[in-house]
Amino acid sequence: MIDSSLYDPLYMGFLGGLLIGISAAIMLLALGYIAGISGLIARATNIASSITPKLTAAAFIIGLPLGTALISQVHTVTPTISSNTILLATGGLLVGFGTRLGSGCTSGHGVCGLSRLSPRSMAATITFIITGIATVTVMRIAGLT
Amino acid sequence: MQTLIALISGIIFGIGLTISGMTDPVRVKAFLDVFGHWDPTLAFVMAGAILPMILAWAIQRRLARPLYTTTFTLPQPKPIDARLIIGSGLFGIGWGLTGLCPGPAVANLTIAPLSILPFLIAMIMGMFLHTIWTRRH
Repeated sequence: MIDSSLYDPLYMGFLGGLLIGISAAIMLLALGYIAGISGLIARATNIASSITPKLTAAAFIIGLPLGTALISQVHTVTPTISSNTILLATGGLLVGFGTRLGSGCTSGHGVCGLSRLSPRSMAATITFIITGIATVTVMRIAGLT
Repeated sequence: MQTLIALISGIIFGIGLTISGMTDPVRVKAFLDVFGHWDPTLAFVMAGAILPMILAWAIQRRLARPLYTTTFTLPQPKPIDARLIIGSGLFGIGWGLTGLCPGPAVANLTIAPLSILPFLIAMIMGMFLHTIWTRRH
């Protein structure tokens, strides 16, 4: 089923993943924090009062899009973001509320938690992948793309 | 020094996310479209990211303290509860609807600022709503 033309994207995916893991490893070993993006955003915007210093969280959250900007200088990056504002806003609300209630997102649970063999992170990751697959499948059947 | 390290970590994270292609919601949705035209890239990104972190956790267990701060501030073991499952379930629905999770949403601020704004504003509102909701419960 895997198209041979996907070889290059898969390689780039793995390479990009390694950098994400190295970034999370630096946060853990140098500073002692979990590189969970939802938690860091909540901390940087003063929504959560966690132990991570606000300045540290803000620096990471500012660095992230700067890294993206750097790559866009040497490589064409064209994200296809939906123009349906209602869909984007609904999704955003669910992602914001859900990641706070569930204590993490793809990075905190999916990368940092799974690699630590945390049962909570395993349960969280399985749950959001299942509801994500269900949502995309329902949308495709309903003809909403 | 702490701030500089966090900034550099954020930049590395952004570079990784961007070259992996995961800043594009269409690629993420294609990973979740297992019954359609499935794109397995996100699984390779996760595998690539988990490898250095397995090593990092092994090193962490041997360290008394982080290199630049006094203590490790890590999530403590807790039971799997309804909040974890319901929260993660809601997050997955939003992720599926848009193909966006917090990291890629923030990454898009520099390459597609206007398009990502409705999502980002709603996401921060959602986080804030959670804080209000927790105060009442």
